[in-house]
Amino acid sequence: MDYFAQQLINGLVLGSIYGLIAIGYTMVYGIVGMINFAHGDIFMIGGFIALISFLVLVSFGLTAVPVILLIVLLVSMAITALYGWTVERIAYRPLRHSFRLAPMLSAIGMSFVLSNYSQVAQGARVKPVPPIITGGYTLHESSGGFVVQLSNIQIVVVVTTVVLLAIFTWLVARTRLGRDMRACEQDQTMAALLGVDVDRTISMTFVIGAALAAVAGMMYLLYYGLVDFFMGFVAGIKAFTAAVLGGIGSLPGAMLGGLAIGLIETLWSAYFSVEYKDVAAFSILIVVLIFLPTGLLGRPEIEKV
Amino acid sequence: MSTENILFVDHLTMRFGGIVAVHDLSLTAERRKITALIGPNGAGKTTVFNCITGFYRPSGGTMRLTHDDGREVRLERLNDFRIAKQAKVARTFQNIRLFPGMTALENLMVAQHNALMLASGLTFLGLIGAPSWRSAEKRAIDQAKFWLDRIGLFDRADDAAGNLPYGDQRRLEIARAMCTEPALLCLDEPAAGLNARESAELSALLLAIRSQHGTSILLIEHDMSVVMEISDHVVVMDYGVKIAEGTPQEVRDDPKVIAAYLGADEQEAIAVMESGT
Amino acid sequence: MPEQTHASRAPGVTFIFKKALISALVALVLFSLMIGIRTEAGPSGQLIYWTRFGDLASMVAIVFGGSIIVELLRQWLGPADTIRIVPQRLQQGLAIAGRLVAPLLLIFTFLVPVIFYDQRYILDLGILVLTYVMLGWGLNVVVGLAGLLDLGYVAFYAVGAYSYALLATNFGLSFWVCLPLAGILAAFWGMLLGFPVLRLRGDYLAIVTLAFGEIIRLVIINWQSLTGGPNGVSGIPRPTLFGIPLTPADDGLAARLGIEFSPTHRIVFLFYIILAMALLTNWVTIRLRRLPIGRAWEALREDEVACRALGINTTTTKLTAFATGAMFGGFAGAFFATRQGFISPESFTFQESALVLAIVVLGGMGSQLGVALAALTMIGGFELFRGFDQYRMLVFGVAMVLLMIWRPRGLIGHRAPTVFLKRAQAISSDLVKEGHG
Repeated sequence: MDYFAQQLINGLVLGSIYGLIAIGYTMVYGIVGMINFAHGDIFMIGGFIALISFLVLVSFGLTAVPVILLIVLLVSMAITALYGWTVERIAYRPLRHSFRLAPMLSAIGMSFVLSNYSQVAQGARVKPVPPIITGGYTLHESSGGFVVQLSNIQIVVVVTTVVLLAIFTWLVARTRLGRDMRACEQDQTMAALLGVDVDRTISMTFVIGAALAAVAGMMYLLYYGLVDFFMGFVAGIKAFTAAVLGGIGSLPGAMLGGLAIGLIETLWSAYFSVEYKDVAAFSILIVVLIFLPTGLLGRPEIEKV
Repeated sequence: MSTENILFVDHLTMRFGGIVAVHDLSLTAERRKITALIGPNGAGKTTVFNCITGFYRPSGGTMRLTHDDGREVRLERLNDFRIAKQAKVARTFQNIRLFPGMTALENLMVAQHNALMLASGLTFLGLIGAPSWRSAEKRAIDQAKFWLDRIGLFDRADDAAGNLPYGDQRRLEIARAMCTEPALLCLDEPAAGLNARESAELSALLLAIRSQHGTSILLIEHDMSVVMEISDHVVVMDYGVKIAEGTPQEVRDDPKVIAAYLGADEQEAIAVMESGT
Repeated sequence: MPEQTHASRAPGVTFIFKKALISALVALVLFSLMIGIRTEAGPSGQLIYWTRFGDLASMVAIVFGGSIIVELLRQWLGPADTIRIVPQRLQQGLAIAGRLVAPLLLIFTFLVPVIFYDQRYILDLGILVLTYVMLGWGLNVVVGLAGLLDLGYVAFYAVGAYSYALLATNFGLSFWVCLPLAGILAAFWGMLLGFPVLRLRGDYLAIVTLAFGEIIRLVIINWQSLTGGPNGVSGIPRPTLFGIPLTPADDGLAARLGIEFSPTHRIVFLFYIILAMALLTNWVTIRLRRLPIGRAWEALREDEVACRALGINTTTTKLTAFATGAMFGGFAGAFFATRQGFISPESFTFQESALVLAIVVLGGMGSQLGVALAALTMIGGFELFRGFDQYRMLVFGVAMVLLMIWRPRGLIGHRAPTVFLKRAQAISSDLVKEGHG
């Protein structure tokens, strides 16, 4: 039972990270109808930026952990958001009215560019980082000696996720930008005719998605202590699975889906097999798309002839 | 033994969530006759079509198709491509759905897919170039040529369908449907976007199809000149229910129908008619 | 006196300069940490870094200069899809030349082992190119003809390779016996993939096929008892000529023919095997296009709803497309296994699927000649980067983006009809649909 509780905690933490990435996928798919294959690599870039920022700050002698975390968070969000903006400007905007295949292949190309750019720029070896946040709380000690722990880093991840989710939900529901986004999701032409700057709205969608992915990258770095070039690929597919599971186009759905995937992956690794955990996640994608094509919270689509 | 009616629609109902698009609709289409389905926009006509042709599964009711040899097919039990293949119901679409990247001739060849697949021995006879396949292919091309000539596109057989003018595309879609040798041809607004001359050509084509090929026709149409000229029987819908039916003249003079189209109510329509204006 | 409107003049120097400056600033921010600072795991495991401001400055300068060049090019060439009128004589000349390209290329390919007999490197490259040509033609059936977006084609390549490898090393079956088996197994997997994706469209179809490809790769890596896991399968036997092996031994082909043995014999043999397999793929595809099944594939790509309305069983049409494409992939995989003598899961990554897809798209989906030319270009281009693996993929990614922006319909901009009354008129790619899956 305690083992299960620990896996639950671990799964929810991992799921928060997936959820943050999934939001980017679901927002972009909702507004331009494409799967941003490069989004997983944006997450990876976010992790790298966080890594390098940490290094620089620490080497300047900064020791106050909350200050460091805040600065790294802001810096990596800002720079990664710029990466997201650039990718959209260069690789997707020119293709917005092209045929369906073009943006997807462009995205795949961009994904290769980002992952290999990181590899070329930073060298192919994995970069480990010493634990920056340590310590935690013992929740329960069972008679068998197994200890259920909640580490500080896990608390940080969950709290950050909740705060950001609240901010962005408010953004989408209450601000002008959010309204514009929802309008563009429904009917781009009409939104443009009513004075919405469609280009800017779409850019902002990518920017927000990238910023959230950056946070996920930083959380991943803190939690696992390393970043590598191909973490974007697998994490990207899992996060997309989460977005579909929750219902493409739904923000809360993306987070719910992320938590679900995190839980399933952690429990599968704990109780069945670690080697096949990725297979489990990919299989879920296939199963969801066959039986629940609109996800848990999505809207059913009727084909019009 | 061939009965008088080819299509019996009984108590057809179609619901989308909370919206009832078609409610308790019953109609019959006579064999070798042209039946028109008319009504204001949003009346549910295309929904009825989609139910008959297998694109929607109806929420209730039955649709029976009776072939010349007496064989009966329950359309609500078939779905998808089987309606075209087994029940021999062909259709055209409101927004033309040709294969734009293929030539006119190729479009008509695709229509004969099922017959050709059998003749090609599920492809294997075709791969080795068996004589039986070659003669079947030639027959298919001849049928295509016949229809191209009939609709006046023989000289444009090798042009891409997407390059053809709008009126030609409409006629090509009808010819493609006819190449499946259907018993019932369902046309969804075939005259939409056609000018007066093209509409007259269309009417002539449909009348020829009815008399020379013995195909029963069911059509949705807003162009009253076409409806009046060629229909043997007219069914009027509004808000998902049938409000009138009869010969074109009967329907034209029916105050309920006028009211539906004008958006007025029946009393007003009768008053207008009786005052002679 | 009418005022001269500035809008009618081309963007001036200030505009270009401003744009370049903004691009350079963006580049500065993007590259500041990633290029400006280089991290590495230090000698005792901790992370160390050093600065590379020189590199940062030069990258920013390149972006600045490149931005200016791109703007100038854009003004000079016009927007991306400007139609240029080609003079009639030139058009006719190009058409004649176009008809000659395919036969000339074919003759040249047949003669490659003769011309380059002693250059092992060229022969190997030729074999590699032909393998990808065959893969491209195989995927072309799925993506180009049927319009089904398959991002997991490498799965069938892997199934074919591992089928032959395991059958040969465990049961001692020869290449020629295993080849059809590999194709059948791959076709079976193709249908297996086809079933779940029948109702999926576009992007969803693509990502599910991608997931499928990854699942196969992960299963191969982890099912060590069957596939040897990351160590792969080695000692895969080479093909024989009617049972006669190509070895220096006394029962080898060279000894029987009375000529001196040379390792080149085997390379030449492999070259002609893959050439024959590729030509078979091509022949079958061309024949199938003219048969109802091929026409149904193309109709499926053009408009699936209309197909259903014509009584075409779209389910079996999709499944046969997947199965046929998979079968050719399986054949290619078996050949790959016998050529290398050793296979491992590393050869079957998503990058391979993306590469084959890029070849099909670059070639102009549906065009046989286009796919062949695209394979030649891509693989040839890859070879130029040999030794610079990371830069290779980076350039590949950039090339894919540029290709989509500049010429998304590929090299060959038209489709040839499969039946005609008077004249086969090429149909412009603008009319041909790309399919939604």
